[in-house]
Amino acid sequence: MVPTSYFLALSALLFAIGVTGVLVRRNLIVMFMSIEVMLNAVNLAFVTFARAHGSVDGQVIVFFVMTVAAAEAAVGLAIIIAIFRNRETVNADELNLMRW
Amino acid sequence: MTVNFPALGLILLLPALGVVFNLFFGAKLGRSSVNLVGPGVVFVAFAVALVGFIKLLAMPAGGSLSFTLWPWIHAGKFAVDVSLRLDALSGVMVLVVSGVGALIHLYSCGYMGEDPDYARFFTYMNLFTLSMLTLVLADNLLLMFVGWEGVGLCSYLLISFWYTNQQYAYNGRKAFIVNRVGDAGFILGLLTLFSALAAHGVWTLNFVEMRGHIALVGPTIATAAGLLLLLGATGKSAQLPLYVWLPDAMVGPTPVSALIHAATMVTAGVYMVARMSFLYRLTPAAMDTVATIGAVTALFAATIALVQPDIKRVLAYSTISQLGYMFLGVGVGAFSAGIFHVMTHAFFKALLFLGAGSVIHALGGEQDMNKMGALRIRLPITYLTMLMATLAITAIPGFSGFFSKDAILGAAFTSGHTGLWLIGVLTAGLTGFYMFRLFFMTFHGSSRVEHERLHHVHESPPVMAIPLIVLAVLSVIGGWVGLPETMLWGNAFGRFLVPSVGEFKPALEFSEAMLTLISVVFSVLGIALAYVMYIQQPELPGKLADQAQALYEVLLNKYYVDQLYDWIVTRPLFFLSRYILWRGVDTYGIEGVVEGAGLTVETGGGVARRAETGNVQHYAFVYLLGAIGIAAYYLYRLWH
Repeated sequence: MVPTSYFLALSALLFAIGVTGVLVRRNLIVMFMSIEVMLNAVNLAFVTFARAHGSVDGQVIVFFVMTVAAAEAAVGLAIIIAIFRNRETVNADELNLMRW
Repeated sequence: MTVNFPALGLILLLPALGVVFNLFFGAKLGRSSVNLVGPGVVFVAFAVALVGFIKLLAMPAGGSLSFTLWPWIHAGKFAVDVSLRLDALSGVMVLVVSGVGALIHLYSCGYMGEDPDYARFFTYMNLFTLSMLTLVLADNLLLMFVGWEGVGLCSYLLISFWYTNQQYAYNGRKAFIVNRVGDAGFILGLLTLFSALAAHGVWTLNFVEMRGHIALVGPTIATAAGLLLLLGATGKSAQLPLYVWLPDAMVGPTPVSALIHAATMVTAGVYMVARMSFLYRLTPAAMDTVATIGAVTALFAATIALVQPDIKRVLAYSTISQLGYMFLGVGVGAFSAGIFHVMTHAFFKALLFLGAGSVIHALGGEQDMNKMGALRIRLPITYLTMLMATLAITAIPGFSGFFSKDAILGAAFTSGHTGLWLIGVLTAGLTGFYMFRLFFMTFHGSSRVEHERLHHVHESPPVMAIPLIVLAVLSVIGGWVGLPETMLWGNAFGRFLVPSVGEFKPALEFSEAMLTLISVVFSVLGIALAYVMYIQQPELPGKLADQAQALYEVLLNKYYVDQLYDWIVTRPLFFLSRYILWRGVDTYGIEGVVEGAGLTVETGGGVARRAETGNVQHYAFVYLLGAIGIAAYYLYRLWH
């Protein structure tokens, strides 16, 4: 059987990739995908612990996370499309009206 | 015995009504109504005061009338009321203030007739009368102080009455600020005395109560309080070293000079010392200081008056000199003699100023005596009345000034102050000289009036002439209430004042007639000298001035005291204010703190707002750092 730490390490790796993507990429769509990666990294951690502890709580929570992620994807993409229609760009650097 | 006499309130209420009327309606309703109300209220106040005075005369000696207007300050054991008291001392003063004041108000109707700010003038004059009567009638030191400040304010307002002239406005401020120095002394003296009495459980500022408990005050405290109050008196009454404002106060309208700066306000210091006689009797040191300041001021001012060319300035220095006599009188313990001179001086000095005003009015504003002369023919009433006043001030026997000055000099000698007496006698000679110099230069000799002014010269209208005549009569007979003890009814005035100010006890016996003779001889010598120099040989003064140029210059420039004060007080103060307080403390200190606070917030905001990049990823990064930090903390806690 594959040890729990392997799953957690993969989860951490995915999370780190997600974080890095959000922080360094400027394209809103890519940043959005990175957030999805982070959410799924968390999901992986939940199911890992659920299996390790023999509890279903973690697996149930994963469904909630996936629901939220779906809603978030719908709203987020709608916002991105609205921004694109207004500004003809999805570059985060150019969306800087709310600054000093 | 004290009788409640509500009409006393009326004496204050009337001028107060005059103030309100002239202030709010005077300018709208016009001259005739101001003419009626302005002097009218003072005349009625005088009538009420006269009724009160007659009532007082009918009472046994030591009686008084009193009236409490309203309770003022009540705090714990301490209580002060706005209450008035008419005793012998305040009775005399009230009659002088309201009587002479009423005449001068009447005179002003003519003198100020052309002035566009007529209503404002009478507002101030009524306000002055109100303040002065408050000062005089007050039955406690604090209410007296209110009046004391009020007359100072009115003095300032009236000196700079023609405020569009920079110099006049400056002179008004000068008077106010110099008086402020004295007033600081007054309030410190008041507090010294009050705290000394309060320490013994006597919480009062009432004159009668203070007088009853004065024995509780130790000699050192009494001296300190006496000297501090004296400082206040030197400011108000223009004595050394605070006399400098009075000559400059002459830029005000002439009726103001007569009322405030000759007859009434400047005698407030003498009145206050007499009112506090119970305190001064405790402290020979303070008494001697009062007498010395008085005598030295009398001589000092008289020497300056010898050479001044401006008719009003001669009278101003003469006022300072005569006030010196009054201080000499009260300083040697002859309080009633001092007050006696206050009264006679009010008559003849008010008359001298009004007469001078009449001359100035006739000459269209000319004040330089070098441009007068031979006016006796064109101004007969002014000439004759001025003659009466001049004879009175030079203490010619029979005239009012003779009796009062004689009483003061006699008291100075018999109390053992021979040196001060000598100064007084010397000053009497100088007085004879400078007063008749003024008189001869104005009314006798050859006319030096500028040609274009000459045909305008006219005698004053009746409204100005009547006060002159009334005051002339008073200047002649006003002194007869206080004859020397051996004559007729004797010193009725002095006996009347004894319950208020106590008795004068001579330290040594000396022939009164001898003393009188000496001072009269000095006066006559002065007059004779003036006659020689300004009638017989008019070229003599010029020659004398050339020969003793240095002395003449010093006297003409008033001993350079103004310049001295300018260098040691005014300039350092200006320097301190401008370069240290303004450009230093204010600019860098106060503005530094205020603007520094603003600048700190602004700079801090400028730095902090850089964090608001508007870039979500920056915020996310900071959020991440925070999350890592918190996680790290808990992991650290977990492992240790």
